[in-house]
Amino acid sequence: MASGQVSKRVKFKSSVKDPGTPGRLFLTLERLMFKPNSPNSATKLNMEFRFVKNHKYTKEGSNKAPMLNLTSSQGVSYIFEFESYDDLHVCKECVGKALSKTGETPKPIDTSEVPSEQPSTEELLLRMNMLRENGELQKLHMRFVSDGILTEAEFWATRKKLLGGNFSKKSKQRTGLKSFVLSDTKPSTDGRTNKVTFTLTPEIVREVFAEKPAVHQAYLNLVPRKMSERDFWSKYCRAEYLHHAKNANAGAAAAAEAAEDEELALFLKPDDILASETRRKIRCVDPTLDMEADEGDDYTHLPDHGIVRDGSKEITESQHEHYRRTLSQELNRHAAVVLQGTPIDEEQLKDTQTVAEALKLSKQGENASNEETDMNTNQDRLSRISKMIEIDDLQASSDLPLAPLSIKDPRDYFDSQQATALKNSRDTSIGNDPVKRILSTEESYASLRDSISHVKTTGLINPIITPEAAVKVLSVLTHNISSTKYDIGKNHGLSFLDTLPNTSKEELLYHWTSLQELLRHYWSSYPITTAYLYTKVSRLKDAMSKIDSQLQELKESVQSDLRHQVTLLVRPMQQAIEAAMQHHDAELQKRSARSGERSNGYT
Amino acid sequence: MTSVPSKLYSDDVSLVVVLLDTNPFFWTASSSLPFSQFLSHVMAFVNSILLLNQLNQVVVIASGYNTCDYIYDSSSDASQLGLENGKMPSLYSNLLQKLEDFMIKDEKLGKEQSQRAIKSSLLSGSMSMALCYIQRVFRSGPFHPQPRILCLQGSPDGPEQYVAVMNAIFSAQRSMVPIDSCYVGAHNSAFLQQASYITGGVYVKPQHLDGLFQYLTTVFATDLHSRSFIQLPRPAGVDFRASCFCHKTTIDMGYICSVCLSIFCNHHKKCSTCGSVFGQAQSDTSSASDLKRKAPET
Repeated sequence: MASGQVSKRVKFKSSVKDPGTPGRLFLTLERLMFKPNSPNSATKLNMEFRFVKNHKYTKEGSNKAPMLNLTSSQGVSYIFEFESYDDLHVCKECVGKALSKTGETPKPIDTSEVPSEQPSTEELLLRMNMLRENGELQKLHMRFVSDGILTEAEFWATRKKLLGGNFSKKSKQRTGLKSFVLSDTKPSTDGRTNKVTFTLTPEIVREVFAEKPAVHQAYLNLVPRKMSERDFWSKYCRAEYLHHAKNANAGAAAAAEAAEDEELALFLKPDDILASETRRKIRCVDPTLDMEADEGDDYTHLPDHGIVRDGSKEITESQHEHYRRTLSQELNRHAAVVLQGTPIDEEQLKDTQTVAEALKLSKQGENASNEETDMNTNQDRLSRISKMIEIDDLQASSDLPLAPLSIKDPRDYFDSQQATALKNSRDTSIGNDPVKRILSTEESYASLRDSISHVKTTGLINPIITPEAAVKVLSVLTHNISSTKYDIGKNHGLSFLDTLPNTSKEELLYHWTSLQELLRHYWSSYPITTAYLYTKVSRLKDAMSKIDSQLQELKESVQSDLRHQVTLLVRPMQQAIEAAMQHHDAELQKRSARSGERSNGYT
Repeated sequence: MTSVPSKLYSDDVSLVVVLLDTNPFFWTASSSLPFSQFLSHVMAFVNSILLLNQLNQVVVIASGYNTCDYIYDSSSDASQLGLENGKMPSLYSNLLQKLEDFMIKDEKLGKEQSQRAIKSSLLSGSMSMALCYIQRVFRSGPFHPQPRILCLQGSPDGPEQYVAVMNAIFSAQRSMVPIDSCYVGAHNSAFLQQASYITGGVYVKPQHLDGLFQYLTTVFATDLHSRSFIQLPRPAGVDFRASCFCHKTTIDMGYICSVCLSIFCNHHKKCSTCGSVFGQAQSDTSSASDLKRKAPET
């Protein structure tokens, strides 16, 4: 028992009436084994307990033999007859333990289609929050999950989007470089002394190396032969500090320091490696593009476009420009490095030495290929220039196979349309004053001028408007306005739902949302491929028919004057339910027909 | 532009650009509203707008048959001076004088041009002039009156102006200038209905033309700021349905040429406007695509 194994002498029967095969039963917490006594007997058994669904045993005191009946999930029963009740008890206990243990991990094999990945606690928390915040969702959850129509997992499976993509996103994507600019590693001063402290981590070092190949090169050359690592970095930091110094003649100071110290100059001078790389890149640019020619056109010639950096605007100095780096240069370089990504794994970020080595390795491959292509690019460039110089506009027109458009004058359309309208108007207003219509152009202009001079001489008609006419217009206008307002309000603002009593309105909306939920689950479970889906569909069908009857009740409960409108609202829901039911029945029929066919085919 | 202390410009100061239809062919044919009566009503309305607010400004543009022109601008000094003959203020006499000159010019221009099938007035031209004037006001400085356009139109829509009018409407919409329209003709004007609908203006077709002044003052005199508090007549619905090109019938659903967007009420093999040849019907294309899909597999 201590080892968790029980071994008993039993008779194995496939049914109660079977005389049985004598042998030994071995029980552990995971599996049970039966070995027959006679080695040539075929009845062997070796199965895991998780396949065992049920176990029964004969009670002590009954006049039956002590027997244990294990039912597997496939419905096959295995019966063991023990020699005594004591043996049965021991085994019974063991089986009970084993079964309760497998019960804890609810993953029976043939129900594995159930989407029952155990959700993480985070996700559970998220779900709870969602339910708390969204009352409608909570109602649905209460109704379906609590009533067992949908399982928890099913309910959330359709709402994976709501839970946020965070969980699925956690995949293999490699973390890139942080996008904050290197120069942000600001020195910290302690205020009292003049001491300036820089903090460097392997990550920062990696970025420094990536963005400033000259530093990387210097590091490989100097450390640890010529100077210690510590010295190297303090020099580097000193150079950085000089760059960041806020006094106006930082450039001058840098130049002075560089003159004194050879290694320091390394950091202060523009990066040669970078420069050559830039030249190489420029060669790939469209040869007809000339940035320098455009320089005067915009503000790009202004240093750093007036961006405030480190709290102060940068001021240019032509004299020591050699030692100055502009923000745009640094930003560009940083962006390039970030986009390139990191070729170094996180594990290699242990100390600066390994970082430097790893970077070197990754770059070597690149460089080799670069040099190779350099030759080709020069050739390419020349041929491209000659190609680009051919300006399209000056070329002879290449005869493309174009079909000429035959576009009608749109006036034909409008003219004819207007003509019909005019004809109609003439039809209606015919006989009004046909004399006037035959007036010639001159006559009409003359008559218009006459009326103008008439106004000129007699002045405005007095009174301009008779009170009767004014009243008529006002009443027509107000009537018009109020009627259109009423109509428009009825069409848009007020829906029929608002005229319903609140309870029935809410009930209707509630039915609508729950029906939508059910239908979504229902249709997504087709085609039915597993028994699990089959039970789910029948569950959903029952729930839907319940809603159907509820809708019927609701329809009958409302007042007779509203009934027609309610019926109109309910009809689409009922139609949806009906469609689902019909599909279900049709599917059932098809299934039975198919199974019938198959059995015919077999016999 | 007169320079006014900026603080005086509050949100209820308006600039109304009135587009006056002076199409002789329409007015001589119109029996219900003589042109002299129409002029009286409009001039009284213009005056009442100027009286509503000291800073209000009115510009009148005449849209004739052949040309269009400014005939009145309350901000220009010339319009203030004029002969006061006791019968009418200088405003009216100036306006009438300019209008008469305009009519003569319009007639002269007409002799050189051929006649159009539909006697429409140059709505597109006057709309563009109004918008140009308004743009100038917008650029005059940060403080300016709130502009709007009022079309007083009677002539039928000129189909040859369709594109120009629509462009004017859209530019008015873009510069947030509402186009109000009062249509005194026999049938509703589709151009003006759409113009008012698109720009958020008011379209009115008065039923009692002898009460035109009442319509104008009730509906169109309110400044833009006050409009938000007032129930103005709204169209029950603007008919945006298109007419098919083949039978000119108004349709709810139809076929559209994928090349030139011509509309047809039934399926054609070839577009009658641009001559594009259409593909086969639905069933044929699906089988064709089936064939295509199968081809690479075999």
